[in-house]
Amino acid sequence: MIEVNRQGDVWVFAEQEDGALHDVSLELVGKARELADRLGVQVSAVLPGWRVRELAYRLHHHGADKVFLVEDRKLEHFLTQPYARVMTTLVTEHKPQIVLFGATALGRDLAPRVASAMRAGLTADCTDLDIADVDDKAAKTVHKNLLLQIRPAFGGNIIATIINPERWPQMATVREGVMALRDPDVQRKGEIIETKIAFEEADFAVRLIERHREERKVNLKGARTIVAGGGGVGSKANFKVVHELAGAIGGAVGASRAAVDGGFIDKAHQVGQTGTTVRPALYVACGISGAVQHRAGMEESAKIIAINWDGEAPIFGVAHYGIVGDLNQVIPLMVKALKERPKE
Amino acid sequence: MGYHCVVCVKQVPDTANVTGEAMREDGTVNRAALPTIFNPEDLHALETALDLRDRFGGTVTVLTMGPPKASDVLRDCIFRGADRAILLTDRRAAASDTLATSYILSQAVRKLKDVDFVFCGRQAIDGDTAQVGPQLAEKLGYPQVTYLEELLGLSDKTARIRRNVGNGWEIVEVDLPVLVTVLDTANEPRPAAARRVMKHKKARTRIELEAAAKNALPDASADEREAEIERQAETLRSRGLMLEQWNLDDIDADLEWCGLSGSPTKVHRVQSIVLTKEGYTEIPPTEEGLRQLIRELVVDHTLG
Repeated sequence: MIEVNRQGDVWVFAEQEDGALHDVSLELVGKARELADRLGVQVSAVLPGWRVRELAYRLHHHGADKVFLVEDRKLEHFLTQPYARVMTTLVTEHKPQIVLFGATALGRDLAPRVASAMRAGLTADCTDLDIADVDDKAAKTVHKNLLLQIRPAFGGNIIATIINPERWPQMATVREGVMALRDPDVQRKGEIIETKIAFEEADFAVRLIERHREERKVNLKGARTIVAGGGGVGSKANFKVVHELAGAIGGAVGASRAAVDGGFIDKAHQVGQTGTTVRPALYVACGISGAVQHRAGMEESAKIIAINWDGEAPIFGVAHYGIVGDLNQVIPLMVKALKERPKE
Repeated sequence: MGYHCVVCVKQVPDTANVTGEAMREDGTVNRAALPTIFNPEDLHALETALDLRDRFGGTVTVLTMGPPKASDVLRDCIFRGADRAILLTDRRAAASDTLATSYILSQAVRKLKDVDFVFCGRQAIDGDTAQVGPQLAEKLGYPQVTYLEELLGLSDKTARIRRNVGNGWEIVEVDLPVLVTVLDTANEPRPAAARRVMKHKKARTRIELEAAAKNALPDASADEREAEIERQAETLRSRGLMLEQWNLDDIDADLEWCGLSGSPTKVHRVQSIVLTKEGYTEIPPTEEGLRQLIRELVVDHTLG
């Protein structure tokens, strides 16, 4: 536990693998910049790894003032305890007020270990962050400039705002793709603080023997357009209409959980709380009723078209264009209209 | 000899079927108003432990922290093959966040002694945080291996585990004792064994006997009730059907680190999801309607 330090910086754990920064870390540096500007403090990123110095400049370009560069051969591949040692050592020394991690498989493994060691509060899977004064009526005090950690809870049925008023740092993991990835400013310069960490033998109780990475076959996050099918598509065979529409638009194929559970399509295509969060320029929801878990993963899309026979389906609540009708008739008409569309 | 495996399980509200009435105004969940289930991934953690015991020998102890009703999941664990089950229940543990919960669980694991493995499901469906496992590991000073998909091997005090990291997998070797979180893709949980159900269906925790006595003897004095509870407990004990029950004193917990005071995170506000029916442009499902829609999307550069 560190004391409340209102001059403390806003920190981001910079996640990299094989020398490539994870997008979520850049998204978070951008968000941290915004939070730090409101608090009047600086943004720091912590970058552990081996031969990763080049990545520090990218963190500067996206908004970091300082990068704590911790290069050590022992940190070449992620291992929970050595990485946790890096974070707890630096947090104890520099007393940031906020520490953010991406809610990736790695971030969700590391952040709780660090929070427990610091005896700090941690909120998982935030979808939004904000700064506000919080009036604690029971204690008759006002907590100035707290981090509001906003996340879906209880299977996505509620949105909870969590605060850590007394014990700092305020820590959160943030979902990938929910914070906008800002354009880098390649002129932007920052500081690099090279740091050495003293490890203990017990930090290496886990040893990496072998690792295998799969290429992402489905790139939902990078897609400009996504055509997604749900339980209303009816069958695996009929899912071809969704593929056809995606082909005609030139977009990626997404799916709701109902479609994945129904075996219509592989889980890699799933959009929503337990799948991928997306924010494409256009999202076409075909036969998706729009359970809250699904909407949480796509409602930030710039334009949403919903096709559903049931005009009362919740998906229409987030749609910009609604087509009430049988998708088996609507989609072929749409494909035809796309093929014959005027070119700008 | 063999290995001593502790499995932490949780009874959770079935979040797939939540109604508005289940939420209290202060934003906490009225769990009593919801149907409860065995947290799905915890069943896979239990299976991993049972399978380890069956292959390498040892014992499986199940630990759950929760209200009296959580005794249900303990019986389920016994039916499926667990050797020992402990209910950790105490009103002073209410409102614990993940940090306080992991502290309390760590005190219970310490009391168990000579533990080789602690297994947890990756996450519980009521909070989806996946934090308690790693936090419990830190509190115990154990290494952690998250996202187990397969226990590949075990020799003396070293385990070899394949973990799924989302974009691939890793094989790691770890020194025991270790905390492991388990994915639902790891295995197929064995069902309850009919023979064990027959044998253990009357197993009870003390707090369940107390509740039953209150119902059965509404007019009895406290002493009479106590005598009846003790009589039943003795009968169950003699048949090996008394489930263990611990409170915070039993595990030497520092109360400052439990419940509300031990929880740095506070719920500031809760909003139910309400659809913002701002309205959308309705497109008729006709050839002309769709042509018009596509034209509009081309004009505003949504489509190229």
